[in-house]
Amino acid sequence: MLSKTQYLELDKKIAPKSNEARTLFLSFVIGGLICMIGQGVSDLFKLAFPEMEEKMIGEITSTVMIFLGALLTGFGIYDRIGKHAGAGSIVPITGFANSVVSPAMEYRSEGVVFGVMCKMFVIAGPIIVSGVSSSILVGLVYWFVGLFQ
Amino acid sequence: MNGGKQTIYFRNKPSVLSGYSIVGPKEAMGPLDPYFHKRLRKDDFGQKSYEKAECKLHMSAISGAIIAAGLSPTDIDVNIGGDLLNQIITSSFSARELDIPFIGMYSACSTFGQALIIGAALIDGGYVRRAACSTSSHFSTAERQYRYPLELGTQMTPTSQWTVTGAGCTILGKAGEGSNIFVESATIGKVIDFGISDANNMGAAMAPAAAQSVLQHLKDTGRDVSYYDYIVTGDLGVYGSRLFLELLESEGVHAAERHKDCGEMIFDKKQRCPQGGSGAGCSSVVFNAYFLYQMRVGSIKRILLVPTGALLSKLSSLQGETIPGIANAVSFVVEE
Repeated sequence: MLSKTQYLELDKKIAPKSNEARTLFLSFVIGGLICMIGQGVSDLFKLAFPEMEEKMIGEITSTVMIFLGALLTGFGIYDRIGKHAGAGSIVPITGFANSVVSPAMEYRSEGVVFGVMCKMFVIAGPIIVSGVSSSILVGLVYWFVGLFQ
Repeated sequence: MNGGKQTIYFRNKPSVLSGYSIVGPKEAMGPLDPYFHKRLRKDDFGQKSYEKAECKLHMSAISGAIIAAGLSPTDIDVNIGGDLLNQIITSSFSARELDIPFIGMYSACSTFGQALIIGAALIDGGYVRRAACSTSSHFSTAERQYRYPLELGTQMTPTSQWTVTGAGCTILGKAGEGSNIFVESATIGKVIDFGISDANNMGAAMAPAAAQSVLQHLKDTGRDVSYYDYIVTGDLGVYGSRLFLELLESEGVHAAERHKDCGEMIFDKKQRCPQGGSGAGCSSVVFNAYFLYQMRVGSIKRILLVPTGALLSKLSSLQGETIPGIANAVSFVVEE
């Protein structure tokens, strides 16, 4: 039989690859569409409440997008979008909502505490941890640089 | 072993009394639909959790096979069963309901082969009269254990396979119970690891084990591939099958014309399962539905069933371990 190295080389050579042109295109278009919807929501708020601060509008828009992501996950639609969009639907904030809601739904059968509450962050957990720790790091650098100014 | 390095011959001809298969809705939409004994309309089988649904599937397969053989549960001496879930809860929980002595097994998706070998050996040795060999898998329970929540928007990679929702059971009995399909010999597989580490490329991880078992079987028995109508691998999938044939080819064995793969057969290309089906239920539903039927009507006389298993866990993948494979080969013959 082939040796291990020969076999791994063969696998590398003939393994089916994803059609990158297609996946990149789809993730660009669908990811872009999601962001366009976000922009639309933000513009609508701006139109409805002209006196509202820019920052506030941004926060409300994120909340609306998170709600939409969670809602579509609950209806079993978001994973179907994800099948085609790939990173296009993972990277926007709706994907973050999906990554929290989907395990919460999945582990319902193990009870509220040990199922839903414990498992809710199995996928989003790393994102939160790296987000928080990198902001601490950046904050420290910011503070340190400020000392010498 | 009595038949060479890895092979055993069953001299007293344990026979196949019946087989039963039950599958989920997606499998029922595939090309093998007419052969399955029962199809679910919804994959939760009316249960509260998918684990419970799989357990009910497993139980239904066993009772279906017992009824198909015209027997009652008290006629079965032992149930040899396995599945993919942690601590094989599906098979043990279904055995809890059945009141049949139970041996639980695990060798991932090749469990069906292992169960058949132990069942045939127990019957051949005269220790038991009849054995029910059963395995099952469920897409939704396997997904959550090995991969991600169902509703998470992920993409399948090009080499990945779809876990079959289904359960199959074969009842083995002594010779002379009216069946002309016999378990003739078996080759117990070695655990082989060629260094594939991608858990979404299990066909490639299992192909070397399948090739080794088949080559050793042919060597031990002195047979040529043409002895068998079909060499049926469990769930190598389209790509794994290609590698399997390449490996055989490198040893001068040309099996392409006589090779079939249960994982490749169960789904249509249009069903969006990149390389086909997989899972402990895959080989058992395809064997019990399709191949047993073909042997019964006489269009297939001899097959070598080689269920293949990837022996990984979520932990081992995370710890960077490569994926060992195993394949147990079981030879079935129809005698006139």
